Amino acid sequence: MGQYNALNIAWNALRGHKNWQRAWRDPEPKRNYDVIIIGGGGHGLATAYYLAKNHGITNVAILEKGWIGGGNVGRNTTIVRSNYLLDGNAPFYEHGMNLWRDMAQDLNYNVMFSPRGVMNIAHTKSQYDTFARRANTMRLNGIQAELLSREEVLEREPIIDGSADTRFPVWGGILQPDAGNARHDAVAWGYARAADQLGVDIIQNCEVTDFIKQGERIIGVKTSRGDIHAEKVGMAVAGSSSRLAEKLDLRLPIESHVLQAFVTEPYKPLINGVVTFGAGHFYVSQSDKGGVVFGGDIDGYNTYAQRGNLPVFEDVIAGGLTMMPCLSRLKLLRNWGGVMDMSMDGSPIIDVGPIDGLYLNTGWCYGGFKATPASGYCFAHTIANDEAHELNKAYTLDRFAKGYTIDEKGMGPYPKAH
Amino acid sequence: MIRINCPYCGEREHSEFTYGEDATRTTPDNDAPMEEWNKFVYERDNPAGEHIEYWHHAFGCRAWLKVQRNTITHDISWVGLPHENPEATS
Repeated sequence: MGQYNALNIAWNALRGHKNWQRAWRDPEPKRNYDVIIIGGGGHGLATAYYLAKNHGITNVAILEKGWIGGGNVGRNTTIVRSNYLLDGNAPFYEHGMNLWRDMAQDLNYNVMFSPRGVMNIAHTKSQYDTFARRANTMRLNGIQAELLSREEVLEREPIIDGSADTRFPVWGGILQPDAGNARHDAVAWGYARAADQLGVDIIQNCEVTDFIKQGERIIGVKTSRGDIHAEKVGMAVAGSSSRLAEKLDLRLPIESHVLQAFVTEPYKPLINGVVTFGAGHFYVSQSDKGGVVFGGDIDGYNTYAQRGNLPVFEDVIAGGLTMMPCLSRLKLLRNWGGVMDMSMDGSPIIDVGPIDGLYLNTGWCYGGFKATPASGYCFAHTIANDEAHELNKAYTLDRFAKGYTIDEKGMGPYPKAH
Repeated sequence: MIRINCPYCGEREHSEFTYGEDATRTTPDNDAPMEEWNKFVYERDNPAGEHIEYWHHAFGCRAWLKVQRNTITHDISWVGLPHENPEATS
């Protein structure tokens, strides 16, 4: 398949682009692997890639029940950031930022990472004070953060309503200047292609229906394409974690909720970076194609339906129009929903066990996309070494029982509130 | 839009209600072991299918209701009061 480069593109262009080969193979599943990763989403693909690249484990299968890029990796709002407060989270996500910066070169795939800045807006003095605390904490953790005045906020994003009589006037903001967006599909395709080139088998349309156990140890999985054995089985199926865990009589600290996202028709450049509204839940950015991409709260009730409901739709739009009234003139192109693993403290789980031969990667709430590289990096380490990496050692399953929850919002065990 | 047939007010849109939580969990005894409390506080069945849950008619009669709803289709098959159960009435 070779490397993608400028010469390659020119050569193919001259021949009418008829000679491009598929980006990754479509192998038949073997009966045995060293490692099986269940779930061919961003996290599963990244895990397989780092298993092969960092740990030399290439006899790996990714089992995907649908197709690559068809799940939440293709359903998010493409925001990449690391503006976290707590010790368990901040270094993990900041390591992810480093991986994002080098990802296109590393994967030889243009993931269109665009560090255009993520700006959160404060509407009151007290909100601004909490942002100051967050910015200070971020800086102590080595993460870039700047406090912005009202004027600086309005200068960065002129379409924000800066008038005196708006319902929630802008007080100031916090900016992570090196955060931004990446092309979500390209991240999936890039990791898939790079993992495949290192020898990983990506097996699509292969649904795991049950686990194969020998005594108390998991030694493989039953799938819609036959039994497949492996020494180690990793689960990276956020959105379906409880459903799969149920086959092992395992109850997880997870509820499934739906999060909606929206995109308008393509327009001329309108929004420069990623902006979040501080008086409601609304976050927005503009894709390179011109579509204004935005989202808000989860719908708030347990669901596995990949579609949302109208009250939250209205709430999201209302927040957006309050902050940027000119958005009312845009035409909405699409609206969709993705199922989130909402964990009990709003933070994920990357851990060994709790059953021999099983490794868990779950509970990403609605922050999974930005975590894709760091999650894969740490999960690969955890699988290869049978113990957590320094960066994910706080993301244990037993942290709830032990009282070491990582509750960024301080909401307690109410998944719909995180 | 999900519609919930409140026993007091009749059928209303779910925007009048606030979602509570899984209604099948039962509080352990005060002196129950920590594992039981951990399961109660943090672990969930989280089924894909029929789910019995609490809803609060916050913008209506303010009663707490018990609802059986399918988490895949959102179809509601039963609505009752918190002390009732679908088996008992249907």
